[in-house]
Amino acid sequence: MQRALVLRRTRSITRRLIVDRAMATLFALATVIAVAPLVLVVAYIVVNGVRGIDLDLVTKLPAPVGEAGGGMANAFVGSAILIAIASAVALPVGILAGVYLSEFGRGRFAATLRFLTDVLTGIPSIVVGIVAYTLVVVPFRSFSALSGGLALSIIMIPTVTRTTEEALKRVPTTIREASLALGVHEWKTVLRIVIPTGLGGIVTGVMLAIARISGETAPLLFTAFGSSFWGEGPLKPIAAVPLQIFQYAISPYKEWHDQAWAAALVLMLFVLVLNVGIRSVTRTGFQSRGV
Amino acid sequence: MADTAFRRVSFVFGVLIVALVALMVYEMAQQSSLSMRTFGPAFLTSTTWDPQHRAFGALPFIYGTVVSSVLALVIATPISLGVAIFLVEMSPNWLGNVISAVVELLAAIPSVLLGLWGIFVMVPFLQRYVEPALQTAFPGVPLFDGAPYGVGLLAAGLILAIMIVPTIVAISRDVMASVPIAQREGMLALGATKWETTRRAVLPYARSGIVGAMVLGLGRALGETMAVTMVIGNRPVISPSLLDPSYTMASVIANEFTEATYELYVSALIEIGLVLFAVTILMNAAARLLVARTARGMPVAP
Amino acid sequence: MSRKLLIAGGFSVALVAAACGGSAVPPSAGATSSAVAGSPAAAAPKVQLTGAGSSFDAPLFSKVFKGFQDKTGIRVNYQSIGSGGGVEQLTKKTVDFGASDFPLNDEQTKAAEAAGGPVVHVPVTMGAVSIGYNLPIDGLKLDGPTLSGIYLGTIKKWDDPAIAALNPGVKLPSTAVAVVHRSDGSGTTFIFTSYLSAVSPDWKSKIGASGSVNWPVGIGAKGSEGVSGQVTNTPGAIGYFELAYAKQNNIKSAVMKNAAGKFVEPSVQGAADAGAGAAANMPSDLKAVFVNAPGDTSYPISGFSWIVVFQKQADKVKGQELVDMLSYVTTAGQQGVDALYYAPLPKAVQDLDAKAIKTITIGQ
Repeated sequence: MQRALVLRRTRSITRRLIVDRAMATLFALATVIAVAPLVLVVAYIVVNGVRGIDLDLVTKLPAPVGEAGGGMANAFVGSAILIAIASAVALPVGILAGVYLSEFGRGRFAATLRFLTDVLTGIPSIVVGIVAYTLVVVPFRSFSALSGGLALSIIMIPTVTRTTEEALKRVPTTIREASLALGVHEWKTVLRIVIPTGLGGIVTGVMLAIARISGETAPLLFTAFGSSFWGEGPLKPIAAVPLQIFQYAISPYKEWHDQAWAAALVLMLFVLVLNVGIRSVTRTGFQSRGV
Repeated sequence: MADTAFRRVSFVFGVLIVALVALMVYEMAQQSSLSMRTFGPAFLTSTTWDPQHRAFGALPFIYGTVVSSVLALVIATPISLGVAIFLVEMSPNWLGNVISAVVELLAAIPSVLLGLWGIFVMVPFLQRYVEPALQTAFPGVPLFDGAPYGVGLLAAGLILAIMIVPTIVAISRDVMASVPIAQREGMLALGATKWETTRRAVLPYARSGIVGAMVLGLGRALGETMAVTMVIGNRPVISPSLLDPSYTMASVIANEFTEATYELYVSALIEIGLVLFAVTILMNAAARLLVARTARGMPVAP
Repeated sequence: MSRKLLIAGGFSVALVAAACGGSAVPPSAGATSSAVAGSPAAAAPKVQLTGAGSSFDAPLFSKVFKGFQDKTGIRVNYQSIGSGGGVEQLTKKTVDFGASDFPLNDEQTKAAEAAGGPVVHVPVTMGAVSIGYNLPIDGLKLDGPTLSGIYLGTIKKWDDPAIAALNPGVKLPSTAVAVVHRSDGSGTTFIFTSYLSAVSPDWKSKIGASGSVNWPVGIGAKGSEGVSGQVTNTPGAIGYFELAYAKQNNIKSAVMKNAAGKFVEPSVQGAADAGAGAAANMPSDLKAVFVNAPGDTSYPISGFSWIVVFQKQADKVKGQELVDMLSYVTTAGQQGVDALYYAPLPKAVQDLDAKAIKTITIGQ
């Protein structure tokens, strides 16, 4: 009804087409404006990083400043372990909480939960690190991979939760109803119909979260701590790429700067590969045009 | 039976998140109690931050945080929505994939490096071209007053915008993409143009998701530390000019926490964290209210 | 359960598995590259030492600890989290030693002593703080009161009479001075503000000496990298940072008037000369701040950096390793550090260090 009215109100077809073209141009322009700095940043990292990329970077331990060679293989392994720990905690919590919000989330508790989740995204990562430090590092009297992973999981959870909720909410009610009408249990409907349908959105959330934590420095400073060596277990300090990048980037030496940019480039490639990999496994393109 | 169990399990995870937030707040309150006892509510209104003389006030940091985040959101939201619409409704698939990949890559750049890019590329550019141009275009306007150093609120807002664009684009893209094709086809069949379809059929349907995307972006902007610290100038003053240096709450914590050499100092920094938490709550609420207001009268999602 | 869901839900599990697979590789690789584990020379089991603190020390330690490891097989994991952070972590006993560019203050000392007894300060290196500027003038001369005037905001233009008087015959531009300082708390700021406090009563009463102060003017940049970057980008800017940043980035540094009235360029030698003077009047706890040091060739904005450890080391193995490490760092480890713009410790300070290290008790 309302829509028909809307269409009738707009008078000339030419004018409508002009508006259409104008808006299209505007969106294309927005894309250029948005993508330009992104491309600039990425290009800057590629240009600065390419110099420092070699096999040593991903196979060797750090070398002292002034000595040739050396890499940050331990940091790459460390980051993978930290991300794994964080994901192991954050994905089940985030996805299931997201399912709750989307499928059963009505009423005051759900509203509170939704709100608090959003608020959680605004807590500076260094504060998250301080809390993880107080709760895990101080009692154990040791910096640890575990505390770092937990700190990162706190940063992941809200993104995963909210994106899961949004993704599942977009799954048309008709699909749910069809499944329920066939006598399929609610839980089965959610697990087999709703989640697979909304998987693209969930994957986006997970990717955003992983991308974000793979570059986080502040929460690791007082938890994972960093190391110039290989990790010695979950309760010991562990190296991480962003920590190493941070230490190198703030130093006065060019060869360390080169390594910092190179590591950032590798980090970006890692996220790219992970992104493409997961999307090909889950068969959801970057764009899934609805159902 | 199984259904109730499933409901309960997912509910428990929801409770877990609430518990997590409660834990964070409790820890922060615990650790900032000394500062709270010492300064009381004056902490929020005092503009002095002098560790050497044990005087701490949060107001300039609150101001800097709010202004830089709002600026970032104002810059990033329209652009991001434009990108999302372009990606979903207009661009060929391959281009969409490339752009999406670039956008998501950006989220992975360690913010210290983004900050260095800010110092060495963006700030000089602002200082040489953008800021003088703004001053010529708006002479005497307090918003663009002062010496163009490059660093300041404007630089902070821009770098934050760059950082939150990926979040907003990625989520709103997904939300729009999942609007059923039938919805669009219905409009097109009625003779609507592509834009009319987007505006009347896609955007209203995707509204709550877009708001979610904005709120996540806002959260990121409020809590971002390293990159902002590099370009904001880190001066705890309240100035109406976007070109003047400012300071955010997350920045002051990151800057001074490791070198806070006495208990009250540490406590004051953690209280800043707690205040930031409160500000985040207020700004989230404000964002929702604003959206609810402006959305009134628009066609609602089915 | 559907396969898709399995993939999504089991994603984390897969990642963990992948990471565990990955972590299974390192030990062997670590052994080959560092020749530590199972080295025949190693009689006692080696444990890894952990230290944290000053970022100024981090590059130096990367070099010195590698040398120590090559010699003894003991690995030292040092992370730069800031001087104050290093002291705090020592107090919390999450690290075996801290490294700081400023000696512990009373409050820190009290907290540390409550946690683990008396603390030993061991000076390990010295550094000079450069006053970098961005003007088309070489060899700008400054003195303490002028520098303090600039940072207090009373000197606003480069052609201020105070600056002109120090630079006769130099055509100074009338541009505004863009003051840049560190925004993060730092040992560099401590040395810089200690110097300003020493030469300017005004600075001492209004601002004081500390790792982070309430700056009356200027832009705060994060880290020395941030300050040097800002100075490079801003015509008319002035900032302070460790000598290495000035040298590596080719930033012009002011020639400073020292206590003897001589103008001295920042250099490793200038810092060493200042430190040598300080060694003569070293307090027994080695907590010497020697800004504005006497001597014709002393560079006035110089300072020590310390490793701090607890005097009582309960763990026999770790305690001995710590003592060995400190001995190495303060003697053999001093060789070649000037290439990285650190000033090697004068012999007199090395001797004082040896005495301090002897006071450490192990396993009692």
